[in-house]
Amino acid sequence: MRQRPVSEAGREGGGTGRTAGESTFEPVIGLEIHVQLATLTKMFCACEPSFGDPPNTHTCPVCLGLPGSLPVANERAVHFGLMIGLALGSELAPRSVFHRKNYFYPDLPKGYQISQYDEPLCRGGTLGEVRIHRVHLEEDAAKLIHVGASGRIHGSDASIVDFNRGGTPLAEIVTEPDLRSAEQASDWLKLLRTTLRQLGVSTVNMEEGSLRCDANISLRVAGSSALGVKTELKNMNSFRFIERGIRAEIARQEQLLKGGGQVVQETLHFDPASGAITSLRSKEEAHDYRYFPEPDLLPVAIGADMIATARAAMPELPADRAERYQHEIGLTEESARLLAFRADLGDYFETALASGAEPAPPPQALANWIATDLVGRLEEGEDPADSRVQAHALAALVGMVSAKRVSVGAGRQVLDKLVADGGSDPAAIVEAEGLRALDGESELSSLVAAALEANADAAERVRAGNAKAIGPIVGYVMRESKGRADGTEVARLVNEQLGV
Amino acid sequence: MNATDPLALSAGEAVEAISAGLLSSRELFEAYRARAEADRAAADGGLNCFTWVAEQPPGEDQPPPLHGVPLAIKDLFCTEGVPSQSGSRMLEGYLPPYTATVVSALAGAGAPLLGKTNQDEFAMGSSTENSAFGAARNPWDRERVPGGSSGGSAAAVAAGLAPWALGTDTGGSIRQPAALCGIVGLKPTYGAVSRYGMIAFASSLDQAGPMTRNVGDAALMLRHMVGRDRCDATSLAFPEEIALPTGERLDGVRLGVPEELTGEGIEGGVLESFHAALARAQELGAEVQDVHLPHAPHALSAYYVLAPAECSSNLARFDGVRYGLRAAGADQLLDMYTRTRHDGFGAEVKRRIMLGTYALSSGYYEAYYARAQRVRTKIADDFRTAFEQVHFILAPTSPSVAFKLGEKTGDPLAMYLNDYCTVPMSLAGIPAISIPCGLSEGLPVGLQIAGPAFSENRMLDAAHAMEQALDFDAAAARV
Repeated sequence: MRQRPVSEAGREGGGTGRTAGESTFEPVIGLEIHVQLATLTKMFCACEPSFGDPPNTHTCPVCLGLPGSLPVANERAVHFGLMIGLALGSELAPRSVFHRKNYFYPDLPKGYQISQYDEPLCRGGTLGEVRIHRVHLEEDAAKLIHVGASGRIHGSDASIVDFNRGGTPLAEIVTEPDLRSAEQASDWLKLLRTTLRQLGVSTVNMEEGSLRCDANISLRVAGSSALGVKTELKNMNSFRFIERGIRAEIARQEQLLKGGGQVVQETLHFDPASGAITSLRSKEEAHDYRYFPEPDLLPVAIGADMIATARAAMPELPADRAERYQHEIGLTEESARLLAFRADLGDYFETALASGAEPAPPPQALANWIATDLVGRLEEGEDPADSRVQAHALAALVGMVSAKRVSVGAGRQVLDKLVADGGSDPAAIVEAEGLRALDGESELSSLVAAALEANADAAERVRAGNAKAIGPIVGYVMRESKGRADGTEVARLVNEQLGV
Repeated sequence: MNATDPLALSAGEAVEAISAGLLSSRELFEAYRARAEADRAAADGGLNCFTWVAEQPPGEDQPPPLHGVPLAIKDLFCTEGVPSQSGSRMLEGYLPPYTATVVSALAGAGAPLLGKTNQDEFAMGSSTENSAFGAARNPWDRERVPGGSSGGSAAAVAAGLAPWALGTDTGGSIRQPAALCGIVGLKPTYGAVSRYGMIAFASSLDQAGPMTRNVGDAALMLRHMVGRDRCDATSLAFPEEIALPTGERLDGVRLGVPEELTGEGIEGGVLESFHAALARAQELGAEVQDVHLPHAPHALSAYYVLAPAECSSNLARFDGVRYGLRAAGADQLLDMYTRTRHDGFGAEVKRRIMLGTYALSSGYYEAYYARAQRVRTKIADDFRTAFEQVHFILAPTSPSVAFKLGEKTGDPLAMYLNDYCTVPMSLAGIPAISIPCGLSEGLPVGLQIAGPAFSENRMLDAAHAMEQALDFDAAAARV
């Protein structure tokens, strides 16, 4: 395959000043996402899909494309496809047809990929602010490993094929060109990933290739509704590379257009190591795939029973959950999305909220404690349900803090204990450790009086109107109370005793 | 029953002889094996109908109901560890790691593999001349072709080198060689028999079927072939068991004769024999009437778009990467593909791949492939309409008797016309059987009987009645 460098301009830091200068360009981005479905067998044979196993250990005559072998469609993959369609609000086709997409490549053992063409499983739909064009099913290609310096087929000494991946079921999700920036594309893809993970249809792991993304990118003069000439950026395998790759391609196109040049329709490869974008093939070199209906398979008739089964299998989806958290529970939008898009946090939040802890924690405070204090004390990505902190214990702790029975600082100390040792009764820890909040009328008042005496200079400055000077006084109380005092209450008492 | 000459027995008779203890399956197998080997070793090359013959007889414990009556199998059926190259250089020395469903089913029923038979490369041809193994010959006249593409199977059965054989039919590849060799050949309803393990030519048309000495044997073999296979999504459960035919009369049976398949282009001698057979059918009580298949004259054109289109895709897997031939000397991927396919495929296969690639190309799909599919639908409708008036449709199987070797190899269109009478049934997916109905110029003529989908039992019964009445003498072809 021929490759030529088209630009080095896309290197990171190469400038994305698209709002600078006289003409401003608006990027128009659409994504094509390939999702490996977590079925027990491959798309058209009984082999188990696998990742990381010794090469060519999950193969059979069908996925090796041996003469005489025939495909049989995986019902579970169709079921997962329907669930994806339901999650995206797509129209589900009553009849869906597999087509052959014909081209020669060593990772394609039959010389054609069984895919879908003009009768896909799902059409239309939306996720967040992005419209979905279609969702269809197909089989994955095998994995090519190029031996030699370049790591790519061009210039390699040899290429070897691992057919373990070949025939793994894929759902291809194609969006409309509704995205406007690299960041937005990456954020939206994260929402899609969470949605698919919640559906349980895929491991959606970009590093392992169970989630892969190509981007179609064009620029147009801001305000115009016409679409510019697009390029297709292939196969970026992390969220970071997606953002960088799209940003680099936007910069490349912008530089071309500003220099009076034209964007050429072509397929591009982004090299994350160098930041370089190279051409894989131009429009003229594009394959004629000679699609025709796969004669070895019957059209899939999508019956009401199949749709009902898919519907019954649907969990609450992140977008719906965020909506519920925000409007029914009253969380801020940010908290609602945070908990909804990490299902383990959302589940933990709901368990805590429903635990009947007394005093009951206000939902927003509980959300904050989970998202910040608890997550910060766990391993990266650890499910809090797997930690020693029981949901009802956290709920009780947040309830006590909110009722000012325990200060925030003391509450954090209790949480440290819960993370380390577990336990179901934070009140007992409070008592045992002497962390109960100091009473405003008696203990705290006298402690504040002592603090004013010990920090006479500071007290004088506060009295003279320098509010910032209160720091050392509050610090004294906190130190003396071992964090049991409530900072706000301390400040109130300081001002009161100084008559400010 | 003459148990002293086991090779004179039909397959059904051999089953009975073995189960009655008059014959051992090993003895029968050895006799056929010796005869097949002798033909292969003949100084003049013999009939060249076998591409491989089993060296060892199978074990003594051959199961009922077929008790070890050996079976010749067209090369394109995958047989584990046994060469299966579909008549192509491309798969020289290829040993499949698995066995075709229908071959396993027959072996399981007690019909072990005797040998693999010659065929046109990837089943593309009507004369078994397009073979990497060289042309097979017709036992009635060794200067003539046995028909194709299942010509090796037909010649082996006709010559008595095998009791029966398995063939495949895409546009006539069982029926036409059966007709040219004076044997019985049946193409089942599309979907009745699993295609798993058949090296594909055209997926929407390919069907395996029996090639036998008589109609009873065809039914006996078919009984063990039909059924849904989980490995073939286009296979269907056969609605009833295949019965052994007993029909003697055709009282009340209405036979339709389509003028589109019985007029121009059919040899005089073939038509004469065909009309004589119709007269016998009337004597047996059948009513013969005209029917119309108005789109049948377009069948050949549609077929030669659809079958090449499918084959252009089916044969893409022969790329030199994983198995079979890989041309030496290429240093680039494209070069390796090009040289491998240049060297591995014969001229007719290349012609059809090119035709099919063109028909599916962007901008031509609608004019060729889509249009041919619409013709196919109309042809199926024609048959449906006709079967509202008649039980079966009768036509000659082949427009001519066996032609001379080399006579049509330079003229592909003349060769394609051999399929004129068989392709309409293939496109409609309906069953059809060819039985010998007489001689023209000393060469066999085939009578084709076609019925609605899944009418195999009734069709076999009618064919049996005709067979009894026609009393065709096949002895001249026996070795």
